[in-house]
Amino acid sequence: MTKSELIQRISDMNPHLYQRDVERIVSTIFDEIGEALADGKRVELRGFGAFSVKDRDSRVGRNPRTGDTVYVDAKRTPFFKTGKQLRERLNGAD
Amino acid sequence: MSNDTVTRADLSEAVYQEVGLSRNESATLVESVLDEISDALVRGEPVKISSFGSFAVRQKGQRVGRNPKTGEEVPILPRKVLVFRASHVLKNRINKAFKAARQAS
Repeated sequence: MTKSELIQRISDMNPHLYQRDVERIVSTIFDEIGEALADGKRVELRGFGAFSVKDRDSRVGRNPRTGDTVYVDAKRTPFFKTGKQLRERLNGAD
Repeated sequence: MSNDTVTRADLSEAVYQEVGLSRNESATLVESVLDEISDALVRGEPVKISSFGSFAVRQKGQRVGRNPKTGEEVPILPRKVLVFRASHVLKNRINKAFKAARQAS
């Protein structure tokens, strides 16, 4: 399922809404999650999962092909942990 | 704490502010979006949200685990796990903010 298919599904479920409003709603949700993560916040959606960020220290890495050492700057990466309910549903316990 | 954690209520509020729907309907729509994503994943379908990231279900085989307390070997049954891969757009957005904050301090 892609974002546009998701928008289509939500539109079909809500015939009273304009499709462009559904587009804005779906985009707002993902934008808001992205903004929270950019602010270093955590997004906790019970039953679904939690988005958070992890800080990685700078390190000296190696180009695996050439063996050259390269400096890798400190960075912050997004992380997702599946919620309990969704994890159970994926494994057939509904 | 509440300031550092975004929940469904915050997402509904953002939808409410963005589109002229009632608070109640905004909350229902947030729930529908999460439900549709979950249902697709439970069907085994990957979900790709452009400029955000993708969710996919991965099948894990059985392996031998160990109870860390007793040292006893226990089988970990085959199971399905959900993996999220953030898009480059999202990674860059997070990193840019992180670097700007580090430079300012």
